Amino acid sequence: MSVRPQRTARYELMNQVIDAIEKEQQKADTNTFKVGDSVRVHTRVVEGDKERIQIFTGVVIGRKGRGLNETFTVRRISYGEGVERVFPLHSPRIAKIEVEQEGRARRARLNYLRTRKGKEASAVRE
Amino acid sequence: MSIGLLGRKIGMTSVYDARGRLCPVTVIAASDNVLLRRLTTENDGYSAVRVGFDSQNESRVNKPLLGEFKKAGVEPKRFVREFRLDADAPEGEINLNVTQFQAGDYVDVIGRSKGKGFQGVMKKHNFAGQGAAHGSKTHRRIGAVGNRSTPGRIWKNMGMPGHLGDRRVTVQNLQVMQVREAEKMILVSGAVPGANGSYVIIRPAIKNPAGRIKLHQEHSKQSQAAMKAPVAKKPEPATEAEAQKR
Repeated sequence: MSVRPQRTARYELMNQVIDAIEKEQQKADTNTFKVGDSVRVHTRVVEGDKERIQIFTGVVIGRKGRGLNETFTVRRISYGEGVERVFPLHSPRIAKIEVEQEGRARRARLNYLRTRKGKEASAVRE
Repeated sequence: MSIGLLGRKIGMTSVYDARGRLCPVTVIAASDNVLLRRLTTENDGYSAVRVGFDSQNESRVNKPLLGEFKKAGVEPKRFVREFRLDADAPEGEINLNVTQFQAGDYVDVIGRSKGKGFQGVMKKHNFAGQGAAHGSKTHRRIGAVGNRSTPGRIWKNMGMPGHLGDRRVTVQNLQVMQVREAEKMILVSGAVPGANGSYVIIRPAIKNPAGRIKLHQEHSKQSQAAMKAPVAKKPEPATEAEAQKR
Protein backbone atom coordinates (compact mmCIF):
# COMPACT_ATOMS: atom_id res chain seq x y z
CA MET A 1 0.00 0.00 0.00
CA SER A 2 1.40 3.37 -0.95
CA VAL A 3 1.20 6.19 1.54
CA ARG A 4 0.91 9.75 0.42
CA PRO A 5 4.06 11.68 1.31
CA GLN A 6 2.10 14.43 3.06
CA ARG A 7 0.62 11.94 5.45
CA THR A 8 3.93 10.35 6.38
CA ALA A 9 5.29 13.77 7.28
CA ARG A 10 2.37 14.30 9.58
CA TYR A 11 2.80 10.93 11.26
CA GLU A 12 6.47 11.71 11.81
CA LEU A 13 5.47 14.90 13.58
CA MET A 14 2.99 13.01 15.71
CA ASN A 15 5.64 10.48 16.69
CA GLN A 16 7.93 13.32 17.70
CA VAL A 17 5.25 14.58 20.06
CA ILE A 18 4.95 11.15 21.69
CA ASP A 19 8.74 10.87 21.96
CA ALA A 20 8.95 14.27 23.64
CA ILE A 21 6.33 13.33 26.22
CA GLU A 22 8.15 10.10 27.00
CA LYS A 23 11.54 11.73 27.15
CA GLU A 24 10.60 14.32 29.72
CA GLN A 25 9.60 11.54 32.11
CA GLN A 26 12.83 9.63 31.75
CA LYS A 27 15.61 9.94 34.26
CA ALA A 28 18.93 11.26 33.05
CA ASP A 29 21.36 8.84 34.63
CA THR A 30 20.23 5.32 34.03
CA ASN A 31 23.56 3.73 33.25
CA THR A 32 24.88 3.81 36.79
CA PHE A 33 24.56 0.04 37.21
CA LYS A 34 25.02 -3.05 35.08
CA VAL A 35 23.64 -6.53 34.98
CA GLY A 36 25.45 -8.57 37.62
CA ASP A 37 25.91 -5.70 40.07
CA SER A 38 24.73 -6.00 43.64
CA VAL A 39 22.50 -3.00 44.21
CA ARG A 40 20.44 -1.33 46.89
CA VAL A 41 17.22 0.03 45.41
CA HIS A 42 15.66 2.79 47.48
CA THR A 43 11.92 2.79 46.87
CA ARG A 44 9.44 5.30 48.15
CA VAL A 45 6.60 3.61 50.00
CA VAL A 46 3.48 5.58 50.85
CA GLU A 47 1.63 4.49 53.97
CA GLY A 48 -1.39 6.61 54.67
CA ASP A 49 -0.07 10.18 54.60
CA LYS A 50 3.52 9.28 55.37
CA GLU A 51 6.21 8.44 52.91
CA ARG A 52 9.24 6.39 53.80
CA ILE A 53 12.11 4.75 51.98
CA GLN A 54 12.31 1.00 51.70
CA ILE A 55 15.48 -0.65 50.50
CA PHE A 56 15.57 -3.78 48.36
CA THR A 57 19.02 -5.34 48.11
CA GLY A 58 20.03 -7.93 45.56
CA VAL A 59 21.69 -8.80 42.28
CA VAL A 60 20.52 -7.24 39.02
CA ILE A 61 19.74 -10.22 36.82
CA GLY A 62 18.44 -8.42 33.76
CA ARG A 63 17.29 -5.27 32.08
CA LYS A 64 14.33 -5.32 29.73
CA GLY A 65 12.48 -2.97 27.41
CA ARG A 66 13.60 0.40 26.21
CA GLY A 67 12.81 4.04 26.64
CA LEU A 68 10.19 4.84 29.21
CA ASN A 69 9.24 1.18 29.50
CA GLU A 70 12.63 -0.11 30.57
CA THR A 71 12.60 -2.32 33.65
CA PHE A 72 15.23 -4.18 35.64
CA THR A 73 14.96 -7.29 37.79
CA VAL A 74 16.64 -7.60 41.16
CA ARG A 75 17.01 -11.03 42.78
CA ARG A 76 17.85 -11.75 46.37
CA ILE A 77 17.69 -14.69 48.74
CA SER A 78 15.36 -13.83 51.56
CA TYR A 79 15.14 -16.34 54.46
CA GLY A 80 16.31 -19.09 52.13
CA GLU A 81 13.72 -18.24 49.49
CA GLY A 82 14.56 -16.59 46.19
CA VAL A 83 12.72 -13.28 45.69
CA GLU A 84 12.70 -11.28 42.48
CA ARG A 85 11.37 -7.79 42.06
CA VAL A 86 10.92 -5.98 38.77
CA PHE A 87 11.33 -2.21 38.93
CA PRO A 88 10.42 0.27 36.20
CA LEU A 89 13.71 2.07 35.63
CA HIS A 90 12.16 5.52 35.30
CA SER A 91 9.61 5.22 38.08
CA PRO A 92 9.42 8.23 40.39
CA ARG A 93 8.95 5.75 43.23
CA ILE A 94 12.59 4.76 42.91
CA ALA A 95 14.54 7.32 44.86
CA LYS A 96 18.04 6.00 44.31
CA ILE A 97 19.94 2.99 43.06
CA GLU A 98 23.22 2.33 44.89
CA VAL A 99 25.78 -0.10 43.56
CA GLU A 100 27.12 -2.15 46.47
CA GLN A 101 29.47 -4.30 44.50
CA GLU A 102 30.20 -4.48 40.82
CA GLY A 103 29.73 -7.86 39.26
CA ARG A 104 31.37 -9.36 36.22
CA ALA A 105 28.56 -10.85 34.19
CA ARG A 106 29.23 -12.33 30.79
CA ARG A 107 25.65 -12.47 29.68
CA ALA A 108 22.70 -10.08 29.57
CA ARG A 109 20.30 -12.18 31.63
CA LEU A 110 21.46 -14.05 34.70
CA ASN A 111 18.54 -16.44 34.83
CA TYR A 112 20.94 -19.29 35.69
CA LEU A 113 21.14 -17.88 39.22
CA ARG A 114 17.65 -19.20 39.79
CA THR A 115 18.81 -22.81 39.73
CA ARG A 116 21.79 -22.19 41.97
CA LYS A 117 21.80 -22.83 45.66
CA GLY A 118 23.72 -21.56 48.65
CA LYS A 119 26.63 -19.21 48.30
CA GLU A 120 26.81 -19.54 44.54
CA ALA A 121 23.30 -18.14 44.11
CA SER A 122 24.15 -14.59 45.14
CA ALA A 123 27.66 -14.17 43.79
CA VAL A 124 28.40 -13.35 40.18
CA ARG A 125 31.81 -14.57 39.16
CA GLU A 126 32.35 -16.21 35.86
CA MET B 1 -17.51 25.67 32.63
CA SER B 2 -16.19 23.26 30.09
CA ILE B 3 -18.08 22.87 26.84
CA GLY B 4 -16.03 20.51 24.72
CA LEU B 5 -13.13 20.37 22.33
CA LEU B 6 -12.34 19.15 18.86
CA GLY B 7 -9.00 17.45 18.44
CA ARG B 8 -6.81 15.07 16.60
CA LYS B 9 -5.70 11.76 18.06
CA ILE B 10 -1.91 11.76 18.08
CA GLY B 11 -1.24 8.35 19.57
CA MET B 12 -0.79 6.45 22.77
CA THR B 13 1.96 6.43 25.37
CA SER B 14 2.09 6.22 29.14
CA VAL B 15 2.71 8.70 31.95
CA TYR B 16 3.39 8.39 35.66
CA ASP B 17 0.55 9.74 37.75
CA ALA B 18 0.82 11.55 41.10
CA ARG B 19 1.04 8.23 42.96
CA GLY B 20 3.88 6.98 40.79
CA ARG B 21 1.83 4.51 38.79
CA LEU B 22 2.42 4.17 35.06
CA CYS B 23 -0.88 4.87 33.29
CA PRO B 24 -1.71 4.36 29.61
CA VAL B 25 -2.80 7.60 27.96
CA THR B 26 -3.93 8.87 24.57
CA VAL B 27 -2.47 12.16 23.42
CA ILE B 28 -5.01 14.45 21.75
CA ALA B 29 -3.92 17.67 20.04
CA ALA B 30 -6.68 20.26 20.36
CA SER B 31 -5.02 23.34 18.96
CA ASP B 32 -6.97 26.32 17.70
CA ASN B 33 -10.58 25.46 18.20
CA VAL B 34 -12.32 28.37 16.51
CA LEU B 35 -15.74 29.68 17.37
CA LEU B 36 -17.72 29.97 14.13
CA ARG B 37 -21.10 30.99 15.42
CA ARG B 38 -23.20 31.11 18.53
CA LEU B 39 -26.57 29.50 17.93
CA THR B 40 -29.42 30.91 19.94
CA THR B 41 -32.90 29.74 20.79
CA GLU B 42 -34.45 32.70 18.98
CA ASN B 43 -32.54 32.26 15.75
CA ASP B 44 -31.92 28.53 15.58
CA GLY B 45 -34.35 26.92 17.99
CA TYR B 46 -31.62 25.75 20.35
CA SER B 47 -28.59 27.11 22.11
CA ALA B 48 -25.15 25.91 21.02
CA VAL B 49 -21.74 26.91 19.73
CA ARG B 50 -20.44 25.89 16.33
CA VAL B 51 -16.74 25.13 16.46
CA GLY B 52 -14.19 24.53 13.71
CA PHE B 53 -10.88 22.69 13.84
CA ASP B 54 -7.97 22.12 11.44
CA SER B 55 -7.57 24.44 8.44
CA GLN B 56 -8.00 23.45 4.83
CA ASN B 57 -8.15 24.88 1.31
CA GLU B 58 -10.91 27.25 0.42
CA SER B 59 -11.63 25.25 -2.73
CA ARG B 60 -12.54 22.19 -0.69
CA VAL B 61 -15.38 23.85 1.20
CA ASN B 62 -18.92 24.24 -0.12
CA LYS B 63 -20.41 27.68 -0.42
CA PRO B 64 -22.77 27.69 2.57
CA LEU B 65 -19.93 26.69 4.89
CA LEU B 66 -17.55 29.11 3.23
CA GLY B 67 -19.97 31.92 3.99
CA GLU B 68 -19.97 30.86 7.61
CA PHE B 69 -16.17 30.89 7.77
CA LYS B 70 -16.00 34.30 6.10
CA LYS B 71 -18.55 35.71 8.51
CA ALA B 72 -16.55 34.44 11.45
CA GLY B 73 -13.40 35.82 9.81
CA VAL B 74 -11.45 32.56 9.96
CA GLU B 75 -9.76 30.18 7.56
CA PRO B 76 -11.91 27.34 6.22
CA LYS B 77 -11.96 24.41 8.62
CA ARG B 78 -12.10 20.70 7.98
CA PHE B 79 -13.85 19.55 11.10
CA VAL B 80 -16.94 21.45 12.19
CA ARG B 81 -19.13 20.37 15.07
CA GLU B 82 -21.56 21.90 17.54
CA PHE B 83 -21.64 21.78 21.31
CA ARG B 84 -24.99 22.32 22.98
CA LEU B 85 -25.26 24.96 25.67
CA ASP B 86 -27.87 25.49 28.34
CA ALA B 87 -30.70 27.65 27.09
CA ASP B 88 -29.90 30.25 29.71
CA ALA B 89 -26.14 30.20 29.11
CA PRO B 90 -24.73 33.69 29.59
CA GLU B 91 -23.44 35.71 26.68
CA GLY B 92 -19.79 36.51 26.34
CA GLU B 93 -16.46 34.82 25.91
CA ILE B 94 -16.43 31.09 25.50
CA ASN B 95 -13.29 29.21 26.43
CA LEU B 96 -12.39 26.89 23.59
CA ASN B 97 -8.88 26.25 24.86
CA VAL B 98 -7.55 23.07 26.42
CA THR B 99 -7.60 24.92 29.74
CA GLN B 100 -11.35 24.32 30.02
CA PHE B 101 -10.35 20.86 31.27
CA GLN B 102 -8.13 20.13 34.25
CA ALA B 103 -6.18 17.08 35.24
CA GLY B 104 -8.55 14.79 37.13
CA ASP B 105 -11.67 15.77 35.18
CA TYR B 106 -13.70 13.07 33.49
CA VAL B 107 -14.49 13.31 29.79
CA ASP B 108 -16.24 11.37 27.05
CA VAL B 109 -14.32 10.99 23.80
CA ILE B 110 -16.13 10.43 20.50
CA GLY B 111 -14.36 9.21 17.41
CA ARG B 112 -14.77 7.12 14.30
CA SER B 113 -13.52 3.60 14.92
CA LYS B 114 -11.06 1.87 12.61
CA GLY B 115 -12.81 0.03 9.78
CA LYS B 116 -12.37 -3.74 9.95
CA GLY B 117 -14.27 -4.65 6.77
CA PHE B 118 -16.59 -7.64 6.49
CA GLN B 119 -15.98 -9.79 9.54
CA GLY B 120 -17.31 -13.08 10.84
CA VAL B 121 -19.28 -13.56 14.00
CA MET B 122 -16.32 -14.63 16.14
CA LYS B 123 -14.59 -11.30 15.70
CA LYS B 124 -17.70 -9.18 15.38
CA HIS B 125 -19.91 -10.59 18.14
CA ASN B 126 -17.49 -12.68 20.22
CA PHE B 127 -19.21 -15.95 19.36
CA ALA B 128 -17.39 -19.07 20.52
CA GLY B 129 -17.17 -20.84 17.15
CA GLN B 130 -16.74 -24.58 16.90
CA GLY B 131 -13.99 -27.00 17.76
CA ALA B 132 -10.66 -26.63 16.02
CA ALA B 133 -9.90 -30.36 16.08
CA HIS B 134 -11.45 -33.74 17.05
CA GLY B 135 -12.95 -34.15 13.60
CA SER B 136 -14.85 -30.88 13.67
CA LYS B 137 -15.42 -29.69 10.13
CA THR B 138 -16.78 -26.27 11.04
CA HIS B 139 -14.55 -23.85 12.87
CA ARG B 140 -15.57 -20.21 12.80
CA ARG B 141 -19.16 -20.39 11.57
CA ILE B 142 -22.21 -18.86 13.16
CA GLY B 143 -23.87 -22.18 14.18
CA ALA B 144 -27.56 -22.36 15.00
CA VAL B 145 -29.40 -19.07 14.63
CA GLY B 146 -32.83 -19.82 16.02
CA ASN B 147 -35.53 -22.17 17.23
CA ARG B 148 -37.98 -24.46 15.36
CA SER B 149 -41.46 -23.71 14.02
CA THR B 150 -42.06 -21.53 17.06
CA PRO B 151 -41.32 -18.71 16.43
CA GLY B 152 -40.42 -19.88 12.90
CA ARG B 153 -38.16 -16.90 12.35
CA ILE B 154 -34.88 -15.56 13.56
CA TRP B 155 -35.01 -13.34 16.61
CA LYS B 156 -34.23 -9.69 16.20
CA ASN B 157 -30.68 -8.64 17.03
CA MET B 158 -29.26 -12.09 16.25
CA GLY B 159 -25.57 -11.58 15.64
CA MET B 160 -24.67 -12.03 11.97
CA PRO B 161 -21.50 -11.54 9.96
CA GLY B 162 -21.10 -8.15 8.34
CA HIS B 163 -19.24 -4.89 8.35
CA LEU B 164 -17.35 -4.08 11.52
CA GLY B 165 -15.91 -0.77 12.62
CA ASP B 166 -15.83 2.60 10.84
CA ARG B 167 -18.68 3.97 12.88
CA ARG B 168 -19.11 6.63 15.53
CA VAL B 169 -18.01 5.32 18.91
CA THR B 170 -18.18 7.09 22.26
CA VAL B 171 -15.91 6.09 25.11
CA GLN B 172 -17.24 7.39 28.39
CA ASN B 173 -15.63 8.43 31.64
CA LEU B 174 -11.99 8.76 30.66
CA GLN B 175 -9.92 10.73 33.11
CA VAL B 176 -7.86 13.70 32.02
CA MET B 177 -4.30 12.93 33.11
CA GLN B 178 -2.52 16.06 31.92
CA VAL B 179 -3.38 19.32 30.22
CA ARG B 180 -0.50 20.87 28.30
CA GLU B 181 -1.43 24.45 27.74
CA ALA B 182 1.67 25.46 25.80
CA GLU B 183 1.37 22.63 23.28
CA LYS B 184 -2.44 22.72 23.38
CA MET B 185 -2.61 19.04 24.09
CA ILE B 186 -4.64 16.95 26.43
CA LEU B 187 -3.69 13.53 27.76
CA VAL B 188 -6.61 11.22 28.43
CA SER B 189 -6.39 7.92 30.28
CA GLY B 190 -6.92 4.78 28.22
CA ALA B 191 -7.75 4.23 24.59
CA VAL B 192 -9.78 6.39 22.24
CA PRO B 193 -11.61 5.20 19.10
CA GLY B 194 -10.06 5.69 15.69
CA ALA B 195 -6.72 5.64 13.99
CA ASN B 196 -3.87 7.95 14.90
CA GLY B 197 -4.44 11.25 13.14
CA SER B 198 -8.23 10.95 13.11
CA TYR B 199 -10.56 13.58 14.53
CA VAL B 200 -12.12 13.20 17.94
CA ILE B 201 -14.62 15.15 20.02
CA ILE B 202 -13.95 15.62 23.73
CA ARG B 203 -16.83 16.59 25.95
CA PRO B 204 -17.34 16.65 29.72
CA ALA B 205 -18.52 13.23 30.93
CA ILE B 206 -22.31 13.21 30.90
CA LYS B 207 -22.48 10.53 33.59
CA ASN B 208 -20.45 12.66 36.01
CA PRO B 209 -18.32 9.88 37.56
CA ALA B 210 -16.46 12.42 39.71
CA GLY B 211 -19.68 13.17 41.53
CA ARG B 212 -20.47 9.51 41.98
CA ILE B 213 -16.96 8.68 43.21
CA LYS B 214 -17.22 11.49 45.75
CA LEU B 215 -20.57 10.20 46.96
CA HIS B 216 -19.17 6.70 47.28
CA GLN B 217 -16.15 7.92 49.24
CA GLU B 218 -18.33 9.89 51.62
CA HIS B 219 -20.56 6.88 52.10
CA SER B 220 -17.66 4.54 52.84
CA LYS B 221 -16.19 7.10 55.26
CA GLN B 222 -19.48 7.23 57.10
CA SER B 223 -19.78 3.48 57.32
CA GLN B 224 -16.16 3.21 58.49
CA ALA B 225 -16.80 5.81 61.16
CA ALA B 226 -19.88 3.89 62.23
CA MET B 227 -17.84 0.70 62.54
CA LYS B 228 -15.18 2.42 64.61
CA ALA B 229 -17.67 4.04 66.96
CA PRO B 230 -18.04 2.20 70.30
CA VAL B 231 -20.93 -0.22 70.30
CA ALA B 232 -23.67 0.92 72.63
CA LYS B 233 -23.95 -1.41 75.61
CA LYS B 234 -27.08 -3.45 75.90
CA PRO B 235 -29.14 -2.36 78.86
CA GLU B 236 -28.98 -4.89 81.68
CA PRO B 237 -32.07 -7.03 81.84
CA ALA B 238 -34.55 -5.77 84.33
CA THR B 239 -34.51 -7.75 87.49
CA GLU B 240 -38.18 -8.58 87.23
CA ALA B 241 -37.81 -10.15 83.81
CA GLU B 242 -34.89 -12.18 85.10
CA ALA B 243 -36.88 -13.31 88.02
CA GLN B 244 -39.65 -14.44 85.74
CA LYS B 245 -37.25 -16.48 83.66
CA ARG B 246 -36.04 -18.30 86.71
